[in-house]
Amino acid sequence: MVKLDNLVVSSSPHLRSGEDVEKMMWHVNLALLPAVVLSVYYFGFRALAIIVFSIAAAVATEAIIQKATGKDIYIADGSAVVTGLLLGMNMPVHVPLWLPVVGSVFAIAVVKEAFGGLGSNFINPALAARAVLLAAWPVHMTSYAVPFVDGATHATPLSILSGAAQGELPSYLDLFLGNVGGVIGETSALALLVGGIYLLVKGVIDWRTPVGFLGTVFVLSWIFGGNAGLFTGDPLYHLLAGGLMLGAFFMATDYVTSPVTKTGRLLMGIGAGAITVMIRLWGGYPEGVSYAILLMNVATPLIDRYTVPRVYGTARKQLARR
Amino acid sequence: MRMWQVFKNGVLDENPTFKLVLGMCPTLAVTTAAANGVWMGLAVIFVLTMSNLVVSLIRDFIPDKIRIPCYVVVIASFVTIVDLLLKAYQPEMHAKLGIFIPLIVVNCIILARAEAFASKNPVLPSIVDGLGMGVGFTVALTLLGCIRELLGAGTVFGIQVLPAAFEPAIIMILPPGAFLTLGFLLGFFNWAGKRAKQLS
Repeated sequence: MVKLDNLVVSSSPHLRSGEDVEKMMWHVNLALLPAVVLSVYYFGFRALAIIVFSIAAAVATEAIIQKATGKDIYIADGSAVVTGLLLGMNMPVHVPLWLPVVGSVFAIAVVKEAFGGLGSNFINPALAARAVLLAAWPVHMTSYAVPFVDGATHATPLSILSGAAQGELPSYLDLFLGNVGGVIGETSALALLVGGIYLLVKGVIDWRTPVGFLGTVFVLSWIFGGNAGLFTGDPLYHLLAGGLMLGAFFMATDYVTSPVTKTGRLLMGIGAGAITVMIRLWGGYPEGVSYAILLMNVATPLIDRYTVPRVYGTARKQLARR
Repeated sequence: MRMWQVFKNGVLDENPTFKLVLGMCPTLAVTTAAANGVWMGLAVIFVLTMSNLVVSLIRDFIPDKIRIPCYVVVIASFVTIVDLLLKAYQPEMHAKLGIFIPLIVVNCIILARAEAFASKNPVLPSIVDGLGMGVGFTVALTLLGCIRELLGAGTVFGIQVLPAAFEPAIIMILPPGAFLTLGFLLGFFNWAGKRAKQLS
């Protein structure tokens, strides 16, 4: 008789790897670092101060709420840091320092913990907080700074493109490097691409969402973006300007609020891309990435329901009846 | 004693806004300021009490099959009275509340009380029920209005409360602010209700 005492019976998954929530979150933080460094280079140390305030408020709120509700305090998983970092990067550099604090408290306390904490929130906390701040204090949230110039504010490339503001359009190179007006973390496509590719290589994010997102924006802005008729738009400009890179790589791919199926992830990207182009070209705002992602967050459970993969060995009809 | 129970039921135990969650349209739309909430509440108190009174009086005459149209006719008459009265004596508030005064006709609370209470009870309890529900609705709307006005404009009933350094969060007087505030208040009252039950 074999003794079975030392056999452990547990539920799946049985394949173990070193990856867990904590590691994933710190990968994301690391991937955002190039963009943070460049933003400090362009906008000065005030940018760093905003990000630090935002992260500190997010982590403190998380700790206080977890303590108050009797959960284990687990702020080291880095998820609150990601939220605070993304929110800080979503703000113009001249906002008063209480704004990132208010935003982070809202993101963690209302959007995340009120719905049950990590893994239970239905929309991206950082983006939801950004939308709230934008609606609450629109003047602060839309006074974008010019890189290297203290105190001056400037129109963003997209608001010039949409005709909402006067000014000369920056060159592709400036757009790519980030030498343009905008929120702290969105201006440099290069730094965000570096971080995004790092996440793709590390397997932290799925390629389907960013590729679907960027591809849809590229195609739709090419078709509809021009003034001279169809297929006269400037897709590269739409790709490089605004918060598209930040949104496509770091926000639309949020595990909690994006679909789990492969088809679903592609749909998430395509849907967000389509809404972004709609808002940019025909909407009231010059930029629509954040609202596009929030709207697709809300649609995520539905996408998941309709993209359940066929169980191996079952007939196709059974899937249709689900 | 029973009258007091009926009244208290409307204000607390079955508060139309926080417990029954009825009549959300005016609740969310007009509570951008505390004063709006009070006037909307007063209009509803009048319509609800009077319609409960009349519905209770005619409850034995109306054929069962057409009772709902009958209730609506009664309610619409009193709403028209309120609409014209406000237009005559409070033109500014009438302009602020706008379409939501005529829309009291389709307010679920009023039809719900006519159907659930006034059509089954004598005149006096029906009046008290209308008053209780109306007061409960008014208190809820005023509370919502106070919170939204305080955070969204720094004032309560038009009086500056918060220091001038406070920058109003405009979102609170926009529609999202209404949903946020209502959500928090519903959560709070549910929690308080559970707590009270556990204690007793």
